[in-house]
Amino acid sequence: MINLLPLVKNETIKIIKKKRFYVVLLILVVLVPMFTYAQMRSAERTRDKFHGDWRLEVQQQITDNENSLSSDRVPDEWKKFRKIFIQQLQYYLDHDVNPNEPNGVTFTREFLDNSISLFIPLLVMAIASDIVSGERTSGTIKMLLTRPVKRWKVLLSKLIALVMYNSLIVVATVIITYLISGAVFGYKGFTIPVFTGFLIRGSEVDMSAVHAVPQWEYLLMQAGLAWFVSLVVGVLAFMVSVLVRSTAASIVVMMAALIAGSILTNMASAWNSAKYLFMVNLQLTNYLSGTPAPIEGMSLTFSLIVLTVWGAAAIAISFLVFTKRDILN
Amino acid sequence: MSEGSILKSQDDVVLSVEHVKKKIGRKWIIHDVTFDVREGEVFGFLGPNGAGKTTTIRMLVDLIKPTSGTIRVCGYDVNKNQEQALRFVGSIVENPEAYTYLTGWENLEHFARMQRGIDRQRIQEVVDIVRLDQRIHDKVSTYSLGMRQRLGIAQALLGRPKLLILDEPTNGLDPKGIKELRQFIRQLADEGLAVFVSSHLLSEIQLLCDRVAIISKGRVLAVGPVEELVSENAQYVIWDLSSVGEGRSILSRQAGVEVITDAEEVLDDAIIAGMGQEAIVTRMDEQHVASIVRQLVSAGIEVKGVHKINPTLEQLFLKMTEGESID
Repeated sequence: MINLLPLVKNETIKIIKKKRFYVVLLILVVLVPMFTYAQMRSAERTRDKFHGDWRLEVQQQITDNENSLSSDRVPDEWKKFRKIFIQQLQYYLDHDVNPNEPNGVTFTREFLDNSISLFIPLLVMAIASDIVSGERTSGTIKMLLTRPVKRWKVLLSKLIALVMYNSLIVVATVIITYLISGAVFGYKGFTIPVFTGFLIRGSEVDMSAVHAVPQWEYLLMQAGLAWFVSLVVGVLAFMVSVLVRSTAASIVVMMAALIAGSILTNMASAWNSAKYLFMVNLQLTNYLSGTPAPIEGMSLTFSLIVLTVWGAAAIAISFLVFTKRDILN
Repeated sequence: MSEGSILKSQDDVVLSVEHVKKKIGRKWIIHDVTFDVREGEVFGFLGPNGAGKTTTIRMLVDLIKPTSGTIRVCGYDVNKNQEQALRFVGSIVENPEAYTYLTGWENLEHFARMQRGIDRQRIQEVVDIVRLDQRIHDKVSTYSLGMRQRLGIAQALLGRPKLLILDEPTNGLDPKGIKELRQFIRQLADEGLAVFVSSHLLSEIQLLCDRVAIISKGRVLAVGPVEELVSENAQYVIWDLSSVGEGRSILSRQAGVEVITDAEEVLDDAIIAGMGQEAIVTRMDEQHVASIVRQLVSAGIEVKGVHKINPTLEQLFLKMTEGESID
């Protein structure tokens, strides 16, 4: 009997030495400055337009959205979104809180909002898609499985390593984003109040549960959700990596699923049962900010359950296949 | 063989394969394979490509589950109790794979962590055994095939196995490397290890192995000591004479001597290439050679050379499989 710790150590070393994790960090270090620069330009533009008065800016946003409501060319669904958006902006205005105040923490919060459904899962996939199929491509799976170790232990050690790197990636994303954007916007902003708890009922926002939390707390909640989303996507990529022999094929399968998700999110509001697909349930941070879900009947609890079921099924399939399958080449 | 020695040999069995069958999809790849490998012997597993050698080896190390039959290593069922059974096995299946982005040493550390009781000292020991200490801290991606082969053997020996399984071990080695490997395997067997070697090269098995199982189309055709299987076949004698015509007629008149006209079919190409155009090939018992030489000399024929040729396993194989080619 051999315990799991040395096996997990093996997997951790392999991911590091294969430079997978460095690639992830490199992607962050290259891309985050680009987003920061884009954000900086748009902040400059609005500051010029409203002479530095954020109340004017928010008021302008409300007016723009109200105007579009009267237009016949705007679809009803969009109008619903905008009505809710207006109500939220009004709430911020009434409570004298600038929702767009530029600083490192706000940028990180917005970045997490935008990267939770595609960008962070993609980074995790860089590791998860290779974790089993990489051993098959190189033939080292034969060396790994001819040791006096049960197969489920080998696979479990890989899964544990994946969970660890998943956590590391989410933390690294938050820290790198904060450090890089802070250099431009300043490192303040942890205590700015952010409103959460918007409940969407039809086209109305239920404000009764709305409360302010300090931005650092909001950021933690977001990071937790991002961790869960990327874990589920990572576990699915892990399963595909068990099923498919080539790493490239497993990356393509997962990419296709994620992109299909982002397309469906934009057009599936009429197809109700699409809400059971994992890929339309990835935008969990929207439930915090009060952005309406793409399909009716979706809520934070619903999405968490759907993701958990998909993740659990993926783990079950991975272990069943991996422990039973003949290694023919 | 006395009864006592039979019992002893039963105790020595390290690997026992009993009526193993394997079906992949709808096709039976392995029909019926049975053999034993004992302590201290080099056991050859001979067959053409596609005969089921690699499939069988994969079953020996639990990469593939047999459809029926049992495989035991030191008494433990490999497919049911792999944690116990595989402790006694070191193997290289097909190519000696390693993590190319790790150093040789890191590879050995990696595999050492997957087994109990292997410390730094043991790693250093196997590195010394395969004489890789010069390059052990270099990345495996910079290794030559020969070095990877040696690293493969090092990882196989790491857990102090009782059974060493080598799948086509001389593939890709130069003649010097092959010779070294042969000596090395012999040395390991002398130290009490059971070594299982597969090959499609007949000469290799002949030079290396004590016993051999011959496999074709998923069936074991014969198992036995290499010498015993060889001596069942008559030997060949090649005659190089000054007068071919007269010599041939004298030879063909001898009792127990058969003159072979189609030498290409029974002898290795290497032997045919080495013998003269005029040489006469006969199948006969070697004890008649002296008297025939005397007869030839007294008939005025000069004997320029007489060569004894042991029959190769190839001939044996051709006889058993009735002409299925070995390639």
